Amino acid sequence: MAERGTQGIRPFLAKWALVAVPYLWSLLFFLAPFLIIFKISLSQTAIAMPPYTPVINGIGDFWAKLTDFTFDNYVFLTEDPLYYSAYLSSLRIALISTVLLLIVGYPIAYGMARAPKSLRNALVMAVILPFWTSFLIRVYAWIGILKPEGLITIALQGLGILGPGQQIHIYNTETAVFIGIVYSYLPFMVLPLYAALEKLDATLLEAAADLGCPPTKSFWVITFPLSLPGVIAGCFLCFIPIVGEFVIPDLLGGSETLMIGKTLWAEFFNNRDWPVSSAVAVVLLIILVVPIVIFQNQQKKA
Amino acid sequence: MIEAVGPIKRKFAPWDDPTLKPFIRFENVTKRFGDFTAVDDLTLDIYEREFFALLGPSGCGKTTLMRMLAGFEQPTEGRILLDGKDLSGIPPYKRPVNMMFQSYALFPHMTVEGNIAFGLKQEGMDTSNINTRVAEMLELVKLEKFAKRKPHQLSGGQRQRVALARSLAKRPKVLLLDEPLGALDRKLREETQFELMDIQMELGMTFLIVTHDQEEAMTVSDRIAVMNHGVIAQIGTASEIYEQPASRYVADFVGDINLIDGTVSAVDDGVATLHCAGVDATIVAEAGPGEVAVGAEAGFAIRPEKVQISLEAPPAGTPNVLSGEVWDIGYLGDISVYRVRLPGGSIVKATVANLTRIVERPITWEDKVFLTWPADAGVILLK
Repeated sequence: MAERGTQGIRPFLAKWALVAVPYLWSLLFFLAPFLIIFKISLSQTAIAMPPYTPVINGIGDFWAKLTDFTFDNYVFLTEDPLYYSAYLSSLRIALISTVLLLIVGYPIAYGMARAPKSLRNALVMAVILPFWTSFLIRVYAWIGILKPEGLITIALQGLGILGPGQQIHIYNTETAVFIGIVYSYLPFMVLPLYAALEKLDATLLEAAADLGCPPTKSFWVITFPLSLPGVIAGCFLCFIPIVGEFVIPDLLGGSETLMIGKTLWAEFFNNRDWPVSSAVAVVLLIILVVPIVIFQNQQKKA
Repeated sequence: MIEAVGPIKRKFAPWDDPTLKPFIRFENVTKRFGDFTAVDDLTLDIYEREFFALLGPSGCGKTTLMRMLAGFEQPTEGRILLDGKDLSGIPPYKRPVNMMFQSYALFPHMTVEGNIAFGLKQEGMDTSNINTRVAEMLELVKLEKFAKRKPHQLSGGQRQRVALARSLAKRPKVLLLDEPLGALDRKLREETQFELMDIQMELGMTFLIVTHDQEEAMTVSDRIAVMNHGVIAQIGTASEIYEQPASRYVADFVGDINLIDGTVSAVDDGVATLHCAGVDATIVAEAGPGEVAVGAEAGFAIRPEKVQISLEAPPAGTPNVLSGEVWDIGYLGDISVYRVRLPGGSIVKATVANLTRIVERPITWEDKVFLTWPADAGVILLK
């Protein structure tokens, strides 16, 4: 009888535990923090600890203070042009960066997928290798390269392209931000593209050639359309975190680059306005999640 | 509509007509991959409207030969002529040949229509003509209802038909078929073989098929080239290759064969006598043209269906008698295969057509039997 019990219950539990793990994970580390942020975004700033009101103590308290919650912070976001220009600027920078990443990453992934089999793993390693150094250190290294008295200026002076007094001014511009982003996010673009291109059956290209299609054309009618899942995955993997990127524009972009991540940081730490910065975060999430959901529904229908 | 070319299948033997020029010519073609020689100084002529098969085991060079004609590989030495024109340096997308790939290589992101129209679009054909041609091709392969489907929504047999339609759509001068039916089950394969022959006749194209399946090669083709290690072991019609194999390799590769080793002890008026010490017997067989000489080591090859098996001893003085014991019986429905063990230990196979429905066969395990055959039933092979 005992044996029967173990046969019946254990696999059942094991199955549910397996299914439950990702849900619990999302619940604990995504949904719960999100709800907390959302709650704060409906609060008001206060000179207190924590710096907002109302503070809820228990469920009964929640009902009592329900009327204290307002959408004022969201209304405020629409009133100050700083916020929507920061959102727009972030989306613009993320969009341009993603296009640049695609242009730089596609040939790299293509070359890797066409490389001899024995070389491919080494090439994948080479793409992943920079992760072994801290992200922050790598961005700091770019300061040393881009700053007016940095490596680029030194190199160009050494080559005689720049005179002794002349300097290259990339640091603290949007260009520096693009360089930093493309450099940092390249693996996230290359790896999904590589995965898609590596799967591509080479006989399809032979078939295209056989039917009279020259190689350059067969790239656009066969290779590229078939790599689209990789292109889309890579673009999402890059675009979404770039919109919220804070470190790179802060370190390389100086004061002239406006991005929502920086605005959020300033609101949180400089102004100590937790409710408004929470509202900024919630809106950012909606801006990013809604298009993804729409896209995924479209994909399912297709 | 597709123009019928008429019944050219009967009495079709352009290779015997010295006035005709070959349509495809491989001229001393060699292909090496590093140290490996895939095709070795091979010369081969294929005639217009011929259904030609390259038959051989994997690695014999047959696919390489076909890929060189399609333009995917360049010959290391020699040249390939198509309709008198040297093909060297012409890229695959400019050659008037189309290929049906073993894996079908259908474009997964295009519909059946899109796949078939692909080659026509590359030609720059206008849309209305493309539509007409695509409809024609769909009708030819009986896939009219599946025009809007994607390849992954089709069965294996349907995909095979799309691949065929796509490769035929441009009306190539030569259609190359690389193991076209390998992925189909037996019944469907047989049906499709006959359809391929009908289509080839109807369109009047030259077909070159690569296969390792001898039955397929024998069914569909006018002539077969049996290949081994990059060279052609024999070229001939199916019956020539089956009945008059040129070597032990061909005899063994195509169909079932009994091979008995011996030494030629006499040659008299085209009839050779072979002394076979291994089975302690003397075999009399047609010597064939010329080369068999007294004292030569030779093999006697005979197909199992040409060996008669009997429980009664033949009259004394009958040539070509082997006696042994029934070792194994394989019942295949239409025929039964008897494996007879000779006193020396070697096995000779004999097949008997099962013409009646009796379940009990007169010959059974461990029976002592006699195997006989007429002098012209087998061939003597020197190599």
